[in-house]
Amino acid sequence: MTATASQSTKTMTMVAAINDALALALARDPAVHIFGEDVGVMGGVFRATDGLQARFGVERVFDTPLAEAGIVGMGIGMGLAGLKPVAEIQFAGFLYPALDQILSHLGRYRHRTRSRYHLPMVVRAPYGGGVHTPEQHADSPEAILAHTPGVKVVIPATPHDAKGLLLAAIEDPDPVFFLEAIKLYRSVKEEVPETYYTTPLGKARVVTGGDDVTVIAYGGMVEVAQKAAEAARSHGIGVEVIDLRTLVPLDTETILSSVVKTGRVVVVTEAPRTGGFHSEIAATIAEEAIEHLQAPIVRVTGFDAPYPPFTSIEDVYRPNPVRVAKAIRQVLSY
Amino acid sequence: MPQPPFQAQAAPAAAPEAPDETLQLIAPDGTVTRPDRLPDPETRVRLYRHMRRVRHFDERAWVLYRTGRMGVFPPYGGMEASQVGTAAALTPDDWLFPTYRDTGAALTYGLPLEQTIAYWRTSPHGWAMPQNLKILPFYIPIATQYPQAVGAALAERRLGTRNVAMAYIGDGGSSEGDFHEALNFAGALNAPCVFILQNNGWAISVPTHTQTRARNLARRADGYGLPGVRVDGNDVLATYQVTREAVTRARNGEGPTLIETVTYRVKPHTVADDPSRYRSEADTAGWDAKDPLTRLRTHLLQEGLLTEEEDHAFAREIEAEFEAALRVADSFPEPTPAEIVDHVFAEPTPQLVRQRAQLLAEEQA
Ligand SMILES: Cc1ncc(C[n+]2csc(CCOP(=O)(O)OP(=O)(O)O)c2C)c(N)n1
Repeated sequence: MTATASQSTKTMTMVAAINDALALALARDPAVHIFGEDVGVMGGVFRATDGLQARFGVERVFDTPLAEAGIVGMGIGMGLAGLKPVAEIQFAGFLYPALDQILSHLGRYRHRTRSRYHLPMVVRAPYGGGVHTPEQHADSPEAILAHTPGVKVVIPATPHDAKGLLLAAIEDPDPVFFLEAIKLYRSVKEEVPETYYTTPLGKARVVTGGDDVTVIAYGGMVEVAQKAAEAARSHGIGVEVIDLRTLVPLDTETILSSVVKTGRVVVVTEAPRTGGFHSEIAATIAEEAIEHLQAPIVRVTGFDAPYPPFTSIEDVYRPNPVRVAKAIRQVLSY
Repeated sequence: MPQPPFQAQAAPAAAPEAPDETLQLIAPDGTVTRPDRLPDPETRVRLYRHMRRVRHFDERAWVLYRTGRMGVFPPYGGMEASQVGTAAALTPDDWLFPTYRDTGAALTYGLPLEQTIAYWRTSPHGWAMPQNLKILPFYIPIATQYPQAVGAALAERRLGTRNVAMAYIGDGGSSEGDFHEALNFAGALNAPCVFILQNNGWAISVPTHTQTRARNLARRADGYGLPGVRVDGNDVLATYQVTREAVTRARNGEGPTLIETVTYRVKPHTVADDPSRYRSEADTAGWDAKDPLTRLRTHLLQEGLLTEEEDHAFAREIEAEFEAALRVADSFPEPTPAEIVDHVFAEPTPQLVRQRAQLLAEEQA
């Protein structure tokens, strides 16, 4: 659903769009509860929950003790018993203490009770680099989550999508991880409808059309891909940029129809190279459309090393438009 | 090599303090409240010098941050007694597991100034920990260091030494599962561990009373069969005494201790934090009067253990030492991109070799 002239819209940053979505969800459904570290009084370290406790009360929006396993585990219990928990993990790199609850339980309840119980839970977490955060604050752990059966993984790239996808995630009957690129929180602004709307999970977005190369990205890498595509366009190369929006469910249809058209693929992520979700995308394309490929698929990724805590070189780790442009040339020159 | 018993042979020693007492040796105005437990005069002067030195680091770090010469820094100003008194009870053969808040403890333990500056500048020169110390880089994820300290402590026992491991945590961190698992392991396995829990009133915006219903965090030790001690965290003589006693017990095979230092984070969470969003100035005001440095200084001047002239001379020395270290830190070269993939494995994987070559090629292009 897109904004129409009759709808009132407002210029929003991504963090404002998320805040707006959370407020609408709280207003609409009394089952929605928001909790996590510093989300109440302070409104979150990125202000995503700013003002929500004052508006909706400390029962609905509350600070928890500092314990991620406790946050996710408690959320599971709340969800089983009929509430709609929306938990915040302060940074995705601090999800790890909660991995037992996530891997052993969050994704398994529907399956292990044959749908007697299900978990309508959302876990929000800022992820990714590009803003010089301290050690371990810039991780991109989406592959671990996407590899966990039973959980969905959503990563918006624009304010409009952030709002619509978050509302869809909260409506979803199953557990959803909602990863928010820290880099995008305040750097992008756009007109966003003020009303309630959802953007369906599992539908990728074609950001720019093009016939020569397909560049697949999500979250913080979409704008990097877009910049590389613009540069390529000035050289007469048509680049189709696809923003996946959700890794689980994955919109293979949009990916494959683009690949059939272009025959050349670049996949971009800031996560480490080995074993990442980008490899899953490449494998899917190889399985389903190898006869349409005119060049090997090229991955532009982070490195097989922890995200560097060294401010002066972190921008080398994180893919930039130059690296993506080089990959575009590589698949074209094959 | 004779090995002390791995498991506790007898019930651990009883808690050395009544659990609800908060031990204090000198009052905020500098008067002695417990003359029986005062450390000797040289130790008192030594602790003062450490506190002044680490206070100077905290103050300079702020200024350097504002002028773009330091990275994001979590200040500890006002908590010097909590960090100095505890770390000063160790020798370099003992282990220190500090959190991001514990620069003061690390400096007291012996981390060189230029390296500490480099660390907070996010320079690789700050990350290679010195060969002659057993200190880990400041822990950023909360509570993960606690079980690790138990392991290091047990390893020292297995290796037949009398060395101990000391780990720091905040009041917020003591809510994590790792904290509880560590205390339980340390007790069950009689690990020579000293657990410092700095209760500075806040976990970013969350006050201790929202964090937990417990009103006395030292008492948490009870549940795991360890002695728990509560101490005035702004009284360095008190933090030093109880830590020294805990270290001695651990060295003697009498097992772990949990020490809660009751202090206050008068500064923001980090240099980038705005505390006016979650607390009023009135909340902090009372704590300025409890400043640990002023307290000991008043005491030393009153006792004639320090003169104003000596103090000024010392301040100049500290300043000169810091500026010299800063020049050394300034001379460290910036990291090169290829350093991203260094130090991942002893022998780089074929993938890392390729990625390093790619980084070098890009650097040359
Ligand atoms: C596992 C984990 N979760 C969350 C964070 C984010 N975080 C950094 S500091 C902090 C508060 C810590 O409070 P406390 O333990 O009391 O220590 P203090 O900062 O007061 O010294 C939080 C939530 C983190 N670093 N690690």
